[in-house]
Amino acid sequence: MTGAIWNLLLGLAWVLLSGDFTGLNLLVGLIFGYITLVLIEPQLDSLKGYPARVPRFIGFIGFFLKELIQANLRVAFDILTPPWHMKPGVIAMPLSARTEMEITMVANLISLTPGTLSLDVSDDRKVLYIHAMFLDNEEELRRNLKEMEHRALELFR
Amino acid sequence: MIDFIKGTLIIGGALFMLLASVGLLRLPDLLTRMHATTKAAALGVILIMLAAAMHFAEVGIVARSFAIIVFILMTAPVAAHVIGRAGYFVGSKLWSGTVKDELRPNYDPLTHELKSGLETQENAKRQPRETDPD
Repeated sequence: MTGAIWNLLLGLAWVLLSGDFTGLNLLVGLIFGYITLVLIEPQLDSLKGYPARVPRFIGFIGFFLKELIQANLRVAFDILTPPWHMKPGVIAMPLSARTEMEITMVANLISLTPGTLSLDVSDDRKVLYIHAMFLDNEEELRRNLKEMEHRALELFR
Repeated sequence: MIDFIKGTLIIGGALFMLLASVGLLRLPDLLTRMHATTKAAALGVILIMLAAAMHFAEVGIVARSFAIIVFILMTAPVAAHVIGRAGYFVGSKLWSGTVKDELRPNYDPLTHELKSGLETQENAKRQPRETDPD
């Protein structure tokens, strides 16, 4: 978190000092700020792990967009063709997220991908109940959900 | 070229919104309808906002359209979750083709307790004690 704030501040400083107020220049500033932080990371404890987190974050966004579009097309296909191919159902997914914040993030990400909607979390915060639209291959669905949770948790830990 | 991309984005966004409303009309029960409306509509808004940002290409408008995208991504799943959850617990009927419901047996409608189904597993685990014979 400290790393992200410093990166943003360095980017803004770059924009101010170069006097060119455009989005592209801000992007350049952010990249230079990132390089600076990579270089001074061994000296500062508060920056530990920040350089590795940025590519992971970008990779996560790519992965998430892919899932989002794929799943949207699948739901779209089912809506447009007359017979129902879907097999909806409620499944229980054991959570490896522990704190409230992590559970909120994971539940939101699951709700955002079409085809899965998080319904509720059990009182002891161990299981997330998910309404899924396509249960023809439950194993694969569970594996995908687990992978998404794993990747999301990697970002915050 | 850029016009072509903008046009594709806007038409794609409008199509996803149309799909959301068709889904709302056609799908059989509350939970499947939540699937169609919130997510397809959110994707539609995102695509249209991207097109707007590309068209104007000014700092103020790009920043605002990205803010809209971020806020849609933050609020849409929460709304879907809350409406779906409320509908489920109030007792809206699930579609006849629903294959599985792992929530119902763990929910107690009187006390509103929601078990995880892992309690017995947890209790069955036995910690080693000092009094155990070797």
